[in-house]
Amino acid sequence: MSPELINLIIQATFESLYMVGIAALIGTAIGLPLGVFLATSRKGELFAAPLVNRVLGAVVNATRSTPFIILVVAIIPFTRLIAGTSIGSTAAIVPLTIASAPFIARLVEAAIREVDAGLIETASSFGASPIQIVFKVLIPEALPGLLLALTLAIVSLLGYSAMVGAVGGGGLGDLGIRYGYQRFMPEMMLAVVVVLIALVQLVQSTGDYLARRVNRRLRHR
Amino acid sequence: MSCMKALSMNAHPSLVIGEPIETQHAAAQPEAMVRFENISKTYPAYRGKPGVSALRAIDFTIARGSITGVIGRSGAGKSSLVRLINGLEKPSAGRVVVDNSDISALTGRELRLAQRSIGMIFQHFNLLSSRTAADNIALPLEIAGWSKANIRARVTELLALVGIADKHDRYPSELSGGQKQRVGIARALATRPSVLLSDEATSALDPQTTRAILDLLANINRALGVTIVLITHEMSVVRQLAKEVVVLDAGHLVESGHVADIFTHPKHPVTQSFLAEVTGDSLPVSLASRIVQEPGNHAVIRVQVRGAGAGDTLIARLARELGLDVSLLSARIDEIGGQHVGSLVLGIPGGDSAAARTLVWLSQHQVSTERLGYVA
Repeated sequence: MSPELINLIIQATFESLYMVGIAALIGTAIGLPLGVFLATSRKGELFAAPLVNRVLGAVVNATRSTPFIILVVAIIPFTRLIAGTSIGSTAAIVPLTIASAPFIARLVEAAIREVDAGLIETASSFGASPIQIVFKVLIPEALPGLLLALTLAIVSLLGYSAMVGAVGGGGLGDLGIRYGYQRFMPEMMLAVVVVLIALVQLVQSTGDYLARRVNRRLRHR
Repeated sequence: MSCMKALSMNAHPSLVIGEPIETQHAAAQPEAMVRFENISKTYPAYRGKPGVSALRAIDFTIARGSITGVIGRSGAGKSSLVRLINGLEKPSAGRVVVDNSDISALTGRELRLAQRSIGMIFQHFNLLSSRTAADNIALPLEIAGWSKANIRARVTELLALVGIADKHDRYPSELSGGQKQRVGIARALATRPSVLLSDEATSALDPQTTRAILDLLANINRALGVTIVLITHEMSVVRQLAKEVVVLDAGHLVESGHVADIFTHPKHPVTQSFLAEVTGDSLPVSLASRIVQEPGNHAVIRVQVRGAGAGDTLIARLARELGLDVSLLSARIDEIGGQHVGSLVLGIPGGDSAAARTLVWLSQHQVSTERLGYVA
C-alpha cells in the first residue's frame, strides 16, 4: 500500500475519532442529565413530573426510532444553522450528537434504575436533598453501569460515523466507501475494517477495565 | 488516612466507648420524644390495586430515652408507622410530634433539617457499595455540610463506638452482615440524633449476630440516651431489647405497655400468638401427631404459666390434691422481666371425670387452660 493511501487512512482515523469524541462528549452532556431525569421523574419518584417524563420519553423514542441516515438528511438545515455548513466532519458532529444523546439517556436511565431504591430512602432518611441524592448516591452507585453505557454509546457512534460519509462527513466509513467500494480497492476496504475493529476493541476493553475498577460490589483482590 | 488507621486500632467486637460522645440531656421524668396523635395512613388506589388503609386511629407516646418495640405481622403497618416518625411518609390524618415539633407538618428544607436528628437503620443495611465503611458513615455528615476535618474525627469515633475501628477502609462487599449493620448503626448515629429507628435491623442476621447487634443497641441507648424505636416481627427481639412494646394488627394498635406486663398478661390474640413463638406454645411434633379427639387413656391439657413463680409447685400440688398420676408431656418456661412465662402440657389419666376435675382445680388457681384432646 502506498504511503499516500496510508496517510489517507491515518487522516480518516483522526476524523472519525474527532467526530465520535466530540459527539460522545456533547451527547453525554445532554444524555446524562436527561437520563437521570427520566429515571427519577415518574410518579412518586425523586423529581416526580410524570407529564414531563412522558413527553421527554416520547421525544427520545421518536429520535431513537428514526433511521440514522434519514436523520442525517432530515436535519441538514439545522446542521447548517449550528455548524455553518452541512458538509465535513464538523457538520457531521451535529447529527451524531442528536442521535447519541437520546441513546445515552436511555442507557443512563437503565443504569440509574438499577440502583437499589432502598439507598434513595436511606439518603432521604438522613435529610439528603434530591440533588444530593443524585450526586452522592445515584451517580456513584451507578458508575460501573454508566461507564459501560458510555462505552456502548461510543462503539455505536463509531458505527454511525461510517454512515455520515454519505453526506461528505469524512472519516473511516467515507474512505472505505469511496476507495474500497467505488474505486474497487479491496485492500483499502480491508484496512478500514481492520482499523475500525481495533478501535472498537480498544474502546470496549478500556470501558470494561474502568467499569471493573470502580465496581466495589463484588469481592475482589 | 494513615494516621486515622493508627488511631483506630481497637477491634473489640462489642461496644467500645472511649470519649463520651455528647450525652443527650436526658430528662429524669418520662418526657414524650415521639407522640402519635390520632394517626391514620391510607394509601390511595393506584394502577388497579385497591387503596389500603395502613394505619387507623393510632394514638400513643414514646418516652425520651426509652426503647420501644413495635411488633406486628407483615402488612400490619409497622413500616408506615416508623416512616411517619422521620417524615419519609406523611399521615393521612393526625399529627406526629417528634421532640416537640410536628414533623408531619414539615416539608422541604425544614423537614431535611429535622431528619438529621432522627437516625434510621435497615434490614438490608442499605450501605453504598461504592463507599468504604468510613465513607458510608461520612455520608450523612457530608450532607449536613460538616467540614472534612470534623467528619474524619467523627467517623473515627463512630467506628470505635460500634466496635469496627479496623474496618475503616473496607468496602461493604468485604464485610459480614453483622459488620455491615454496625456501619449502618454508626451512620445512623453520625449526626447525633435523639431518635434511632430500627426497621427490622436484625431480621437478615443469624441468632448470634442478632444478639450482638441488640446488645450494641442497648449499650448505645444507655451511653447516649438515644430513644430507640424498633420494628420487628420477632417477639424475641422485643424481649431482649425493648422496655415498652406496641402491638399492631391490620393497622390497629391492639395492645401497648411495659414488656413485662404484656408478656405476662397478653390480652389480644395477636399478642398471644407472638408470645407463643418465644414461649413455645407450639407442641413438639412427636406429641402433636399422637393427639386425637376420640377419648383415650390420657386427656391432654395445656396450662399457660404467667407470673412470678407461678409454675413452681403447680404440678406437685395438682397431683397431690387430686390424687392423679399427672404426666408432663411438654414444658417450656422462660423468665421475662422477672416473670415466668411459658406453657406446660399435661397428660391426665382416669377418663373425662378426672380431666374435668383437673380443669376446675386449675381454674380455681387462676391458671388458664386449654384442652387439646387425648393420647392413647
